[in-house]
Amino acid sequence: MGSILLENVSKAFGEAVIIPSIDLDISDGEFVVFVGPSGCGKSTLLRLIAGLEDVSGGRILIDGSDMTGTPPARRRLAMVFQSYALYPHMSVRGNIAFPLKMAGENREVIERKVTDAARVLNLTDYLDRKPGQLSGGQRQRVAIGRAIVREPGAFLFDEPLSNLDAALRVAMRLEISQLHQHLKRTMIYVTHDQVEAMTMADKIVVLNAGKIEQVGSPLELYRSPHNLFVAGFIGSPKMNFVNGIEAEKLGAATVGVRPEHITLSTSDGLWEGEVGVAEHLGSDTFLHIEVKDVGQLTARVGGEFTVRPGDKLFISPDRDRLHRFNEKGAAF
Amino acid sequence: MATLHTRTSARLMMAPAVILLLAWMIVPLGMTLYFSLLRYNLLMPGMESWTGLDNYTYFLTDPAFSTALANTLLLVAGVLLITVAGGTALAVLLDQPFWGRGIVRLLVIAPFFVMPTVSALVWKNMLMHPVNGLFAWIARTVGLQPVDWLAEVPLFSIIVIVAWQWLPFATLILLTALQSLDEEQKEAAEMDGAGAGSRFIYIVLPHLARAITVVVLIQTIFLLSIFAEILVTTNGGPGVQTTTITYLVYLQALLQFDVGTASAGGIIAVILANIVAIFLIRLIGKNLDT
Amino acid sequence: MARAASTRRKAVFTIIGWVAGLAVFFPILWTFLTSFKTEGTAIATPPQFLFFEWTLENYATVQERSNYMRHMTNSIVMSVGSTLIGLLIAIPAAWAMAFAPTRRTKDILMWMLSTKMLPAVGVLVPIYLIFRDWGLLDSLAGLTGVLVMVNLPIIVWMLYTYFREIPGDILEAARMDGASLRNEIIYVLTPMAVPGIASTMLLSIILAWNEAFWTLNLTASEAAPLTAFIAAYSSPEGLFWAKLSAASTLAIAPILILGWFAQRQLVRGLTFGAVK
Repeated sequence: MGSILLENVSKAFGEAVIIPSIDLDISDGEFVVFVGPSGCGKSTLLRLIAGLEDVSGGRILIDGSDMTGTPPARRRLAMVFQSYALYPHMSVRGNIAFPLKMAGENREVIERKVTDAARVLNLTDYLDRKPGQLSGGQRQRVAIGRAIVREPGAFLFDEPLSNLDAALRVAMRLEISQLHQHLKRTMIYVTHDQVEAMTMADKIVVLNAGKIEQVGSPLELYRSPHNLFVAGFIGSPKMNFVNGIEAEKLGAATVGVRPEHITLSTSDGLWEGEVGVAEHLGSDTFLHIEVKDVGQLTARVGGEFTVRPGDKLFISPDRDRLHRFNEKGAAF
Repeated sequence: MATLHTRTSARLMMAPAVILLLAWMIVPLGMTLYFSLLRYNLLMPGMESWTGLDNYTYFLTDPAFSTALANTLLLVAGVLLITVAGGTALAVLLDQPFWGRGIVRLLVIAPFFVMPTVSALVWKNMLMHPVNGLFAWIARTVGLQPVDWLAEVPLFSIIVIVAWQWLPFATLILLTALQSLDEEQKEAAEMDGAGAGSRFIYIVLPHLARAITVVVLIQTIFLLSIFAEILVTTNGGPGVQTTTITYLVYLQALLQFDVGTASAGGIIAVILANIVAIFLIRLIGKNLDT
Repeated sequence: MARAASTRRKAVFTIIGWVAGLAVFFPILWTFLTSFKTEGTAIATPPQFLFFEWTLENYATVQERSNYMRHMTNSIVMSVGSTLIGLLIAIPAAWAMAFAPTRRTKDILMWMLSTKMLPAVGVLVPIYLIFRDWGLLDSLAGLTGVLVMVNLPIIVWMLYTYFREIPGDILEAARMDGASLRNEIIYVLTPMAVPGIASTMLLSIILAWNEAFWTLNLTASEAAPLTAFIAAYSSPEGLFWAKLSAASTLAIAPILILGWFAQRQLVRGLTFGAVK
């Protein structure tokens, strides 16, 4: 239904090479997240798959057939845009019905499918409103509704949650995950937010400067990042990196320690440091600790942890959860 | 943001407009250029012959030409002066809050929508008429000798008529520019101790500079082609006192049927307009990038 | 504006404003008033401003004597016709330039603009001769065609500036939704661009209605629009002020009302987007 294969795909705008060359295999039904900092080429890659841009080289196969030169309308893909891109002059009903109308479906089929989609997405009461009269979350649902009625081979999401506020983002994240479980279709989701990537993906593709840094399941990336970039990008708060003499003592050019893999003690430990800022989240406490010869480390402690700025603490990284990197930044 | 597919269709969709305009511009202009090198009079068909640049020499040395050139420049300069000064004043006035401002704005922009022939006739007959015109009556009321405007100061009269037509254009554009001026900038200047006068000179005028340039350039393009107003009021006279380049070409072509000389004049008019157009196009092109 | 202007200041500006406004508007007002006078009162000294016997006879005679309605119809056919044809040609072109721009798009736009700056006299002779040879002189079709060409650059430009304000995302969404290029334009672009298209249309009609170079030079009687018809009043009927006023009022009233509606868009259209 919706397997997508990229072979040696590249993209350049004039002189500027955005994507040098990418190979990627996405199986049917998978939820794949492209994640990376802004400008890494993730949106461009999505648009190449959508057919909204021409590839400069390579091939794109959808369901085994070469779609490299096929216009977007005939790739059987649906896309949800960052801006939602709803048609402002059409009602919610008109928006959701539009792809079906374009496909030449008859009136009863359109009506039935629109009603179904509206029910699934809790939009039944809003069918006759215009997009301008809806809240951000509702607009987002309309955009999704417009995508699902086509019953496409795969869904493409281009940073769909970035215009929503924090609470709504969490809720929509869950809704999209549930939708994936319900529809069992391929979904490709672009985001710069690693939390979205970790929580939603079956498979994460970490991109940087147009290259794939690593592909794997969320936990694979979390447990064994291939390089410094992935290690620093995945996980929140960010992994601590230690360089120099203290790292050499542990047998690497750079050593990475996740904040949650640190044991704190008031009596003894590997390093001694002074507490700077403490962020109390209730469920967790993040401590920013200044350590001599190591720099500032972030430690995550479960529950409420009473500590004052200036307090001395001893810090020990969990030995079996250290990440070691060589001079080139590759893990070993 | 486009694929090869959309680019191909884009080219097809642009084709009609581009081809039509190309035909409209290149073909007649090429013909004008060709005719300008011929001895060609419609009254003597079949007598066309090559004369090289004679038509240009004839047109440029015709005593009417230098008068027409001076008249054209005076007309353009005079109208620009009145409309920019008057337009700025009216724009500043319309930027102040007062009762009925919306209606006054409608009144001020109205002349722009009056067709040139109507405004020329109304001014000529009902306002400037030496006997029954309103101006004559006003002059007599205050004890002055009425002026026969279009006979005694014909060019000035035409400048006034044309300026009246273009005043709304200048006002409207300068008003739009004025309203885009950041209110906080004026407030900051006020906090800095600038009075109303210095605020106008140091904040408002520089902000208007661009809009004024646009007004000057665009009006110049249109003013170089002023035709109907002259045709209806003075027919270029008395003598050649109100004959402009445009009108001179019209006389040569459609009244004396001298296609060759008229074409040479047309080419000269094109060159004159292009001098202004180059500046205007640069200005607008710069704006397109932002 | 945080501070309320003082009432006194406002009163002063009200007086200055109305005096200036009425002074500028006066010739139009005067024409309007004169159109309701008898020929006798029209030229009376001292002039009669409001207290005269109002009459509608001029409006009746204008139509009876001069086939006024035909010229009016010519004006309508010409301005509306040339506008519609212009839009038909310009919408696809502006679409292409706004949504699929290439490196040459800007040059093409600039070049189109430059054709607008070509003085009409530069091409008067060949156009006149072509019209004569093809039997287009004094024909509505020929004049409409010329007006299309005269206003096409402005129409393209204005549409272009409006289209550029439509987010490209929405058109891409339509493409993803399976819309062909044709459907994309019909169902998505055009409805969203309606306000822009409407103002472009208004401006184009106004400019075509008042065009007074080609209409005067290429028509005689049959196809003469109001501009040319009114010009015929210059002599000797110009002496009939009341009738001239009635004819003029009829000629300018519709376009004046349209113009008042379009005043905002006018700035954008006439400055080619240089001032908004």
